[in-house]
Amino acid sequence: MATLFQGVGAVTPFSASSSLDSNKLLLPSRKSLSISDSRGSIFVYRSDALNLKAATRLQLSPGHQKRSPSEDLLLHQSRGSFGAFGLYLHCLRIAYPWHELLLFEALREGLEEEMERDPRVCVMGEDVGHYGGSYKVTKGLAEKYGDLRVLDTPIAENSFTGMGIGAAMTGLRPIVEGMNMGFLLLAFNQISNNCGMLHYTSGGQFTIPIVIRGPGGVGRQLGAEHSQRLESYFQSIPGIQMVACSTPYNAKGLMKAAIRSENPVILFEHVLLYNLKERIPDEEYVLSLEEAEMVRPGEHITILTYSRMRYHVMQAAKTLVNKGYDPEVIDIRSLKPFDLYTIGCSVKKTHRVLIVEECMRTGGIGASLTAAITENFHDYLDAPIVCLSSQDVPTPYAGTLEEWTVVQPAQIVSAVEQLCQ
Amino acid sequence: MWISKTIFNHFKSRLNFTPNYAPLSLLSPRRFASTIAQNPSTFNSIHDANQVIDFPGGTVKFIPEMRFISETSPKRIPCYRVLDDDGQPLANNFVQVSEEVAVRMYSNMVTLQIMDTIFYEAQRQGRISFYATTIGEEAINIASAAALTREDVIFPQYREPGPLLWRGFTLQEIAHQCFSNKYDNGKGRQMPIHYGSNKHNYFTVASTVATQVPHAVGAAYSLKMDKKDACSITYFGDGGSSEGDFHAALNFAAVMEAPVIFLCRNNGWAISTPTSDQFRSDGVVVKGQAYGVRSIRVDGNDALAIYNAVQAAREMAISEERPVLIEALTYRVGHHSTSDDSTKYRPANEIEWWRLARDPVARFRKWIERNGWWNDMAESELRNSLRQQLLHSIQVAENIEKPPIEDIFNDVYDVPPSNLREQEQWVKDTIKKHPLDYPENISA
Repeated sequence: MATLFQGVGAVTPFSASSSLDSNKLLLPSRKSLSISDSRGSIFVYRSDALNLKAATRLQLSPGHQKRSPSEDLLLHQSRGSFGAFGLYLHCLRIAYPWHELLLFEALREGLEEEMERDPRVCVMGEDVGHYGGSYKVTKGLAEKYGDLRVLDTPIAENSFTGMGIGAAMTGLRPIVEGMNMGFLLLAFNQISNNCGMLHYTSGGQFTIPIVIRGPGGVGRQLGAEHSQRLESYFQSIPGIQMVACSTPYNAKGLMKAAIRSENPVILFEHVLLYNLKERIPDEEYVLSLEEAEMVRPGEHITILTYSRMRYHVMQAAKTLVNKGYDPEVIDIRSLKPFDLYTIGCSVKKTHRVLIVEECMRTGGIGASLTAAITENFHDYLDAPIVCLSSQDVPTPYAGTLEEWTVVQPAQIVSAVEQLCQ
Repeated sequence: MWISKTIFNHFKSRLNFTPNYAPLSLLSPRRFASTIAQNPSTFNSIHDANQVIDFPGGTVKFIPEMRFISETSPKRIPCYRVLDDDGQPLANNFVQVSEEVAVRMYSNMVTLQIMDTIFYEAQRQGRISFYATTIGEEAINIASAAALTREDVIFPQYREPGPLLWRGFTLQEIAHQCFSNKYDNGKGRQMPIHYGSNKHNYFTVASTVATQVPHAVGAAYSLKMDKKDACSITYFGDGGSSEGDFHAALNFAAVMEAPVIFLCRNNGWAISTPTSDQFRSDGVVVKGQAYGVRSIRVDGNDALAIYNAVQAAREMAISEERPVLIEALTYRVGHHSTSDDSTKYRPANEIEWWRLARDPVARFRKWIERNGWWNDMAESELRNSLRQQLLHSIQVAENIEKPPIEDIFNDVYDVPPSNLREQEQWVKDTIKKHPLDYPENISA
């Protein structure tokens, strides 16, 4: 599995697995800085709805991610500049140029950069071409790269996933888009029996550098069939990696990392997060597929979460801070394998764990994370691990009912209070 | 988009209109012909406005009579063959095969036949755990491979080791795979007969039925993007044509104009299910047209017919960028596998008749003998030598040790992650602690 991406200096190992594409090795064209790897001091701009705090200089140690520039994204949008502080911001921008965009645009940017860099990268899925994708992630790409590289497929998920696997084994780097993650249940046969397996059963002769991505999770009254959380079903499949993005910053970084990885990667996006706005750096960056993100360091309790629940947790965190608690919030990001190093460091510090997820209670990511933490860090725990997850029910359509199948900030607050007694 | 392209093409043909775009390379941005719908009223003025209606998908003539298309055709699609049952050419319009190629084809067919017999016996003796023979389908296996080049990529089901033999995979390597020893390409991870070799452009067999069919389409898409002078070919049986993947793959290949050959070995049986219980269409060949795929039905026991058809299909696939479906009619003489006894569901004399009277190997032999390229002495020499080679290969493969413990955990990912390394260590520690509970011929 690819370890921390070292920046452009290292050639990403494209395995010449088939004899057909021996001349396709490409080096990235621009200098890039892997921020996840940097040990230098960087500016972190933190802001909340009411006042703009001054930037603080931070020393990063390995294993920690650069914090995303804005934390409470659901609660506010960054404003422009005001007076002297505006000048300060302007200087900041010259030193570390950034641009603001929405999450789906960040995904598109990552995708486009990779397509530009490597002509083997192609996209296939329903309505990804001229239509630009149901969530506009591939908008404009068909015009730029042609119908063959951004391929509209007929409606047969198992088969176009199979097609992607065949193309990957023959030298391309396809990205298969499921219009909704739930539809990829139809592709389960190809994902489990072929995607995860063929590298192994062929004795390493054929690699499958495919990325399977799509939006999942509970949306706004999309109905049970369109509110599936597939990460729990896929997590047992050997041979695949799974990551979940939650901010524009990590969406772009994870997209790029997934495309560059030699293993099949499933990238889970969330339907409700596509319109999140954030500032991301102008310069190229790639994140690690196996690292968790420290969202808010703290001392009292470790809250592990991913995807949309991150925002519910951060909302609850505000309430908790007002009540005097100091929660440490980690966005686990890597669903398979878990980043037990970051999680372990946190558990050793706080001795209490709360897992907040959107998966169902039975057999969810939280369930296997609970098992992994208990196995590895049992001695460091002062209290049993609490896991807040959705109920084992299909997601109802009625708005009020749907809201109560998803973990709400109030529940998180009371769970923390109970754990920290 | 589809309606406008059809209208555009029709317009083009009606008015001898040549499109005003330069053909762009596949890697540069390219759009389909036109995304602007033509105005229907101008179009109708060209046709008799009372005879057609223009739904999405193109114009259709309408008729006031309610006519259902019959579920069957009065005549079945005819079957192409070159040699008769006696090995005599029926006509002279086939692609001639040189003596060298013909003798090589014949030797490979005999090799396949003997290999199957001996490995089947080996399984019955308990030396390997499983085997599936290709008896009766040697012509499809070898002749199709002979008509392709080394660059064409093969996506097999599991009854096609012939192309591997044709491309130089040795009997010893076959034995290594069947015995899952450390010299197996697949590192002992797959069942016997699940061969795979990237050097020979033969993708590893997966037991799942018809999953390789969309893979072949994806590979064809890749070859087309790279503008290679090669196609992909995929094999599957009559049973495999019922899987959803088959239908979607044909559909995709047609829409994407992918250079892929779909070769269906219609051998009459899917384990115990005869074709009458598998589909009610006239075999598999008629399904091609339903998806817009050019198709042909061929006598699968006629090596020259297969050779000619596959060669022509390859030419069409690559130069015209289209998929081609070939239905090769044949008979599965052997059991489905060593886990099956087909006398339970079909009469033993039917099997014997197909084995003797319709043997594709014997039929081809008659043709090459008649050409003076083969004789009895060459035959017995070949068979004896093959038998020796095979028995020797089996003996060698049997005594080689199995792959090491690391190979349980390698290649799951490109680099083993820490949790797998931990699990590997645990297994090794367990073996060290209880060596008597584990077989001797694995190295820890």
